[in-house]
Amino acid sequence: MKNILIILVLIAHCSIIFSQGNELPSVDLKTIDGKIFNSKNISNDGKPIIISFWATWCKPCVKELNAIADEYEDWQEETGVKLIAVSVDDTRSMSRVKPFVNGKGWEYEILLDPNGDFKRAMNIVNVPHTFIIDGKGNIVWKHASYSDGDEEKLYELVKKVSKGESIE
Amino acid sequence: MKNLLILFCLLITSTLTFGQIEKGQLHGSFQSDFQYYNEDSIIGATVPAEQIGLNSYANFNYMLGNFSAGIRYEGYLPTLNGYDSRYDGVGIPYKYISYKKDELEVVVGSFYEQFGNGLVLRAYEEKNLGYDNAFEGVKVKYNPINGIYLKGLISKQRSFWEFSDGIIRGIDGEVSINELFKKMDESKFVISIGGSFVSKFQDDNDHPFYNLPENVSASAGRLNLTAGKINFSTEYAYKINDPSSDNGYIYKPGEALIVNTSYSQKGLGVFLSAKRVDNMSYRLDRDATLANLNINYIPDITKAHAYSLAAMYPYATQLNGEFGFQCEVNYLFKKKSTLGGKYGTRLSINFSSVYSIDKEAVEVEDLDSLVIGQKGTDGYTSEFFKIGDELFYQDLNIEISKKVNKKIKGKIIYQNQIYNNSVIHGAGDWHGKIHAHIGIIDVTYKIKSRNTIRFEIQELYTKDQYGEWVSGLIEYNIPNWFFTVMDQYNYGNSDSEKKVHYPKVSIGYKKGTNRIQIGYGKQREGVMCIGGVCRNVPAANGLTLSITSSF
Repeated sequence: MKNILIILVLIAHCSIIFSQGNELPSVDLKTIDGKIFNSKNISNDGKPIIISFWATWCKPCVKELNAIADEYEDWQEETGVKLIAVSVDDTRSMSRVKPFVNGKGWEYEILLDPNGDFKRAMNIVNVPHTFIIDGKGNIVWKHASYSDGDEEKLYELVKKVSKGESIE
Repeated sequence: MKNLLILFCLLITSTLTFGQIEKGQLHGSFQSDFQYYNEDSIIGATVPAEQIGLNSYANFNYMLGNFSAGIRYEGYLPTLNGYDSRYDGVGIPYKYISYKKDELEVVVGSFYEQFGNGLVLRAYEEKNLGYDNAFEGVKVKYNPINGIYLKGLISKQRSFWEFSDGIIRGIDGEVSINELFKKMDESKFVISIGGSFVSKFQDDNDHPFYNLPENVSASAGRLNLTAGKINFSTEYAYKINDPSSDNGYIYKPGEALIVNTSYSQKGLGVFLSAKRVDNMSYRLDRDATLANLNINYIPDITKAHAYSLAAMYPYATQLNGEFGFQCEVNYLFKKKSTLGGKYGTRLSINFSSVYSIDKEAVEVEDLDSLVIGQKGTDGYTSEFFKIGDELFYQDLNIEISKKVNKKIKGKIIYQNQIYNNSVIHGAGDWHGKIHAHIGIIDVTYKIKSRNTIRFEIQELYTKDQYGEWVSGLIEYNIPNWFFTVMDQYNYGNSDSEKKVHYPKVSIGYKKGTNRIQIGYGKQREGVMCIGGVCRNVPAANGLTLSITSSF
């Protein structure tokens, strides 16, 4: 118990003294073609990125990605945003992801995180969980869960980020 | 444990003292589920002596450049009903330090890992199912040249608040041909091959009757091939003799094969899969049961259903032998086409069926009375490509989802299921096969921007076991808040005392990454499944409070 306290105090210290960095952690993921891809290499030429954690068996996740799919062309045209949908499907449904995504007509970039390594490194409890990354690669916003219409708020924030405005 | 904590402190303090230029990052998450229990003898809800249950988890991860470290606090005060009560207690069962330098990555402490599809090795956690078989030891990842990925580990394994007596050793290699040969870099053909070797050690404790193998190895090979729109992947695993409580202490080697193929283009996805499993339970303790000390993971070949009545009879992989198939088609009727309408229509059809494998009794000279699975023998022989006679599970699921106009979107599902209860739940339960038809309608109406109301009606029609069920739900969403009222009613139960309503109300508040939900009502006994693993949820009646957060 004493040890825990020491750690907590130290941790609190660190985060006070050093202004908090907000970069993506380095974790090996897979592309839907089976290539290994490190999360550090996620980029979009200085334009904003949405990272959405989802799974084929997660109702609200699929609902969110379907809702965004209806608007995605406009979003890309206006802001240059790219959505990266990170599937946390394990090997039960991992091979279904590619035909599932294509069958839904989604234009997103898809990455696979079959053992939850990236999910853990990003401190996610449940999917869906959404992040906005600014042009410099910093995580500037995060949100857990999805309700109908949340994508409208998400897009307002993306527009601000694409103009370089702060969304605090 | 103590030394590791001190080391962890020192590493963090050193970053304080020497103030490196790189910015450190501290992130974490918190999850807490509380329940207050009421007695309800009709639905079979029991109250623990403490009257409450509380499962809590807090993760802290610190990153600084190539260094990272983390801990997880877990508290079960006491464990919620339905989770293994051996978790009762509080502590820090998970802590790790890792370092990455160029091609080499080292992790010491607790970690998760998966080789290939997990057929011979997979350590993972799913807190909502009370599942955590973390490894505790040393793991090294090495990437000698572009395109070659190696992993090696030696560890013990978590078993509630202790570690296994046995140890596990494993290596895995994967070669990405496209990265290895520069010429292939932009090719439409993407090929990767991989292989794993795992060995477990457990003392035989000089068993009085059996000559038990102390070192049991399992190996696997895999291939992944993509050619434009076509994808093919396969993995085969073989395990040497491994008598255990799961297989009834037989000495037959185990094997598993998975083959997946898919074809997809924009608007169309077709997926085909086949799987054969024979005696592939693999645990660090031959006498372990339930979710304890699993080294490997054999994925289910059936679709994971998201609606409660569709998921009422979920299949669970039969590790001692099954032959399964799955086919799925996803199709998008394009915008402005006849069936697509203004916004397009999404169609998804999934079919899966699982059978037994062929099993014949072993023939031994001078003995003619061996039964299939006779303890201490090779158990049985099995012809690899011969499908067994017994149907374990079958499931046809058709789903249409559509945005009708700016205000309304919805989904209609029909599902037909055959569930072999005798095989999946064993002899003590309801005997026979359950044939069920399930219909679901889910409609969302947008009142105005970010202000929606959702209706869900489900009906399960069957003459078997508990008979018919109907379920209804209304959910109202405004920014940051949601309210739901639901009821499930077992109107078809042949026992009139058990024609029971299961009403439940919930209110939730969410903002950013915080989420708080309070509910009151009844929950039926059933199986909850997430990502392919299932847990029995007992009937409950009472108050629930859930908090999740991350930073």
